[in-house]
Amino acid sequence: MRVLLVDDEKELVSAMAERLAFRGIEADWVTDGRQAVEKAKSTPYDVIVLDVKMPGASGHAVMETIKRFLPRAGFVFLTGHTSVEDKARGEAAGAAFYLMKPLKIDILVEKLKAAAEAAKEKPHGT
Amino acid sequence: MPQFWREQGGAEGGRPLFNYRRMWRQTVFVTLAVALIPLFAMAAINYFEYSRTLHNELIAPMDGLAASTARSVSFFLEERKSALSFVVADKPYTDLVRTEELSEILVHLKRAFGGFIDLGLIGQDGVQWAYSGPYSLEGKDYRGQEWFQEVVMQGVYISPVFTGFRRYPHFVIAVKNESAGGSYILRATIDTQTLTDLAGAGGGDEGADALIVSQDGFLQTPSRYYGKILEKFWFPVPKDALGSPRTAEAVDPRGERVIVTCQAVPRSPFVFVLVKRSPKLLPGWISLRRKLVGFFTLSALGIAIVVLAVCTFLVSRIFEADRRRAALLHKAEYTNKLASLGRLAAGVAHEINNPLAIINEKAGLLKDMIHIVPDFPNRGKAEDITDSILQSVERCSTITHRLLGFARHIDVSTETIYLDAMLKEVLGFLEKESQYRSISVALSFEENLAPIESDRGQLQQVFLNILNNAFAAVEDGGEIRIAARSMADDMVEIRISDNGCGISPENLKLIFEPFFTTKGRKGTGLGLSITYGIVQKLGGNIEVESRQGIGTTFIITLPRKQKA
Repeated sequence: MRVLLVDDEKELVSAMAERLAFRGIEADWVTDGRQAVEKAKSTPYDVIVLDVKMPGASGHAVMETIKRFLPRAGFVFLTGHTSVEDKARGEAAGAAFYLMKPLKIDILVEKLKAAAEAAKEKPHGT
Repeated sequence: MPQFWREQGGAEGGRPLFNYRRMWRQTVFVTLAVALIPLFAMAAINYFEYSRTLHNELIAPMDGLAASTARSVSFFLEERKSALSFVVADKPYTDLVRTEELSEILVHLKRAFGGFIDLGLIGQDGVQWAYSGPYSLEGKDYRGQEWFQEVVMQGVYISPVFTGFRRYPHFVIAVKNESAGGSYILRATIDTQTLTDLAGAGGGDEGADALIVSQDGFLQTPSRYYGKILEKFWFPVPKDALGSPRTAEAVDPRGERVIVTCQAVPRSPFVFVLVKRSPKLLPGWISLRRKLVGFFTLSALGIAIVVLAVCTFLVSRIFEADRRRAALLHKAEYTNKLASLGRLAAGVAHEINNPLAIINEKAGLLKDMIHIVPDFPNRGKAEDITDSILQSVERCSTITHRLLGFARHIDVSTETIYLDAMLKEVLGFLEKESQYRSISVALSFEENLAPIESDRGQLQQVFLNILNNAFAAVEDGGEIRIAARSMADDMVEIRISDNGCGISPENLKLIFEPFFTTKGRKGTGLGLSITYGIVQKLGGNIEVESRQGIGTTFIITLPRKQKA
């Protein structure tokens, strides 16, 4: 399973990538939406983890762009402040999970796997 | 006493919008004035109008009659006085001193004028020299008599009625003649019957009396009701009755209400008196006046009662509205405060969650490395350190999550809830503690209490928060009572009471404020403010009653159904 972590906090995503690697998950990380789109164009990620609030494009906007060329990728949102409305909006747009920072690594792994499974089962084009 | 009379502070302790006492007084004053002044004016106008009518109807005719009768009497007296003056001027003393001559003059006077009884000539020494008449009065000495003194001094004199030498009521007219050979007086006695006739002509009506009295108040003519001639007349004759007639209302010795008109007869000692009892007009007038006064009094009383009642009612309503407004304002202020605090809390939580996540990942990575690297120096201690960091992160995240929960728009997901089952479920969380501290929990639910539609998770949080507080408040072996019953307007009331330490009045005001806590570092001060927010969102209300040393009761009212 290949995962892309997108968050403007470099320290967060780098450490998280290393921890995932210890758990057998290959994770790349970038710190803004533009880089994320570039990266996704060259690599077929199974799951993309996005921060909701980032400088430049928001997590939601990045998801919409990547979905166009990676239709079978799963999306997980990671946020410092979630509201019921945000959650509903994210899920409606196709995000598998809406997770709150900070979270335990085991839970993240579990959700990533679930998101990857869900994405594979998605009918093509949705 | 209405509540606003006592209340001088606002509903929430602030300054009241109005001074209710002053408002009440002003309203009462203005309303009473507007209502009573016209009534009073009407009553006064009526009173004066009727007085005037009474005067026109009753008094004016009496005055007229009195004046004309007095004029007649005056004319009668003047006529006789003039006749006597003519005689003394015309006849020489030598003629008058002869009795035959005097008798002849008396016959002429009787024939021409009438009313003469006798005629006498009296010298300046007071001795009657000549006399003609039915009595033998020749040689009588009049020096000691009052009328004689008067006529010597004034020249002409009309006496009041008296009995004199002849022991029979009469009065005299005397004129003095001054001549070179000395003065003498011609004196004529006048029949009082003539006066009686003249007076009687004025008062023929039933119940009326017409009479003549002397200026010192003795009857000069017999009266129909008030006694014989020369008796004292009951009504004090006014001394100034010489000009226009004097009229007064009085109660006579018979106990009758009468109107008395007095008119002095000019140049005489007589006063004509007309007494009239009006059986028709006067009692009518009196009863009318009584009715008028009664009507006025009753109306004024009625108006006053209505005005007082209406003003009290209106001011009470204003007072109530003012109080409600103050309470609403207070509530709105509180809600606003909660909302801004919520926004602040959310911002803080969000900003803290990001660095917290970094700490979490870094510490986690360190832990992973300790795990993976073989022969990690001081592995045990290093693992303890990282675990401790991760636990602290979790504690922090619990707080930030609660803060966010406080701020979050609560999404109400409704389901049917049986309150008794839910409360038992919540009490399950606290079972261990209640057993350990031997706290008794008594549940009393209204029989067949219908289920409500509400948010399960949020209600659980509400009850858990309140029960947690109750457990904290009671001593070991304390008692907690939970009661639920249905209320009007499709509401349900849940009361959770404890017999714990109670809350001081100053803390009671702050109990739902965010970050207010009495638990020191153990509490976040968010429990009850979150509870308050949730109950409000669920369309309910929460109140607290507490007495120090006796206990605290939380009263939660919830709607049976959520509004769509």
